[in-house]
Amino acid sequence: MKNFTNLLFSLLNENSEKNCIYVVQSKLPDFPITYKSLIKKSSWYANKYKKLGIKPGEVIILILQHGIDLIYAYFGAILNGSIPSILPFLTEKLLPDRYRNDLTALIAITKPTAIVTYGDFYEEVQSALSKDDSVREIILVEEQKGDSLPEISKMGGFFRDENEIALLQHSSGSTGLQKGIALSHKAVINQMESYEAILKLEPNKDVIVSWLPLYHDMGLIACFLMPILRNVPLVLLSPFDWVRAPYKLMESVTKYKGTLTWLPNFAYNFCAMKIRDRFLEDIDLSSWRAVINCSEPTRWESHNMFYERFKEFGLREEVLNTCYAMAENVFAVTQSPLNTKPTIDEIIRSVFQTEQKAIPSVEGETIRMLSAGKPIAGVKVKIINDKGDELTDRLIGQVAIKSNCMLSEYYNRPDETQNAFLGGWYLTGDYGYLVEDELFITGRKKDLIIVGGKNVYPQDIELLAMEISGIYPGRVVAFGLFNDTTGTEDVILIAETEEKDSQIKYEIANKIRQAVTTGSAIALRHVLLVEKKWLIKTSSGKIARSANREKYITTFQNG
Amino acid sequence: MDNELTKKLSGFIVNSILKQPTRTLLLTEPLISSGLIDSFSLVDLAVFVEEELGVHIDDSELNSSTFDNLEQLVDLIKARYSE
Repeated sequence: MKNFTNLLFSLLNENSEKNCIYVVQSKLPDFPITYKSLIKKSSWYANKYKKLGIKPGEVIILILQHGIDLIYAYFGAILNGSIPSILPFLTEKLLPDRYRNDLTALIAITKPTAIVTYGDFYEEVQSALSKDDSVREIILVEEQKGDSLPEISKMGGFFRDENEIALLQHSSGSTGLQKGIALSHKAVINQMESYEAILKLEPNKDVIVSWLPLYHDMGLIACFLMPILRNVPLVLLSPFDWVRAPYKLMESVTKYKGTLTWLPNFAYNFCAMKIRDRFLEDIDLSSWRAVINCSEPTRWESHNMFYERFKEFGLREEVLNTCYAMAENVFAVTQSPLNTKPTIDEIIRSVFQTEQKAIPSVEGETIRMLSAGKPIAGVKVKIINDKGDELTDRLIGQVAIKSNCMLSEYYNRPDETQNAFLGGWYLTGDYGYLVEDELFITGRKKDLIIVGGKNVYPQDIELLAMEISGIYPGRVVAFGLFNDTTGTEDVILIAETEEKDSQIKYEIANKIRQAVTTGSAIALRHVLLVEKKWLIKTSSGKIARSANREKYITTFQNG
Repeated sequence: MDNELTKKLSGFIVNSILKQPTRTLLLTEPLISSGLIDSFSLVDLAVFVEEELGVHIDDSELNSSTFDNLEQLVDLIKARYSE
């Protein structure tokens, strides 16, 4: 039997004084945590959970900022055998009402027995609860005091079966929160074993440096659980600090001789454009042996921009790699080989667009596709057409996967779980093609927008906009449009209105921006108000997102 | 000086960050808490203030409790000038 707590037990026995995490804090010195102190501090939470009657197998929701408390509360849940799930913390932009509604909806489906948060946030959480819901306890991190080394082999987590659920992951937004991805111990451990093999991870040589949020698979798996459970030191920055001071990533890589980092595509552009020379004076990036681009469509242009900016600081071009991953597969599906630039496949644009084929060519109008690499061990990938038939190399279709690290279920959503599979294969909803086992992703889940590595469901944005008076409910569309400069998507919203007065229209547009930002923490790049009947509807009367996206491009971008 | 500072800052925000040059920014219009300036653009604002106006705003100060509108930002800059 193998579970997270068994792994922690061995790590404590063999590496008790080794630093497993260095928490980089704003305005405070870095905070190193040894395996011994991780277990001691986390066991306070484990004991607390147990004392309160929270059993193994019950869900504990963590609503905490990125930092030390979150780490201890998370591992406390693991040691108790409970199922932790990290929710994004309320930001200053999000409207508390909206956050509360999302939390109430999440509780109704996920049925957690406890929530861990701050004293200051107690009222907020309390107001999302109702008498009949599942939540029995709200635990405040301020209560934590003292520590003592527990007998791990007597804790609830030690006896979890490998097929039992270890953790839940939610993606953001009202839609994402309805689908908690449940992963078993076995699935996560299988993923870690396959992935560390392809990365050639070495506990005594590697150092992972990350600013990624822990409520997202890339941050949680590759840059939190994998290093900690596989004995590789982790340098952990907060995403909120990084976005305000992106040079801190380079500073930490230099200081700790970081070897591995994962970034969403936009971060390559963001770092290249926003870090000023004066922050790079003593920077040395030569220790990096892989910087892996993952979680939003990958662009070779972004790799180039990053390389050109940082090559004089020791960055080697061959360390810029790619990965295709999803939370349903724990994390990685494919990975480009390390120490070499990912393949670029140059294909004919017109054939790609009209015939759904990737035909190589270097002449005429071409598109340069960046490879996502080959499937990692234990994962199979195939491309299928609409009927579910497998397609041959270079034909574009839906990506389907089968693996030894698949989700157990969408938690308490048997309907969603059943819809996600076809004949034992998980349907990703993403599109792509294979060339001798190497995967190229051409498009992604229908209508899904990815902004700065964060999945955004257009229907969430549209609903928020529809609440503004002056526009027609149901006559609103939101979609993403790739922005070459930022390396990620801009969110565009079009709404129909009868209003003719330009000042009033301007105010309506402002209200829409405000409603969307405070409701979803997404900033709209362009709000366009159009007259009635501008938007294209499908025959069944639904707003056709892709058709309206095309209309927007032809009307406003191509002159 | 207030006016000139305000003009420079609002010019930068509407042109470079919002990319809506025709927009007018009110002195008391919330910038950060409203999401008007998203988190990816805060670093641009800090660099502009430092390079063009000679005032350092630490990255830990880039949040709505330090300043959330033009008026507060101008006050912050003026306070740093007189330090």
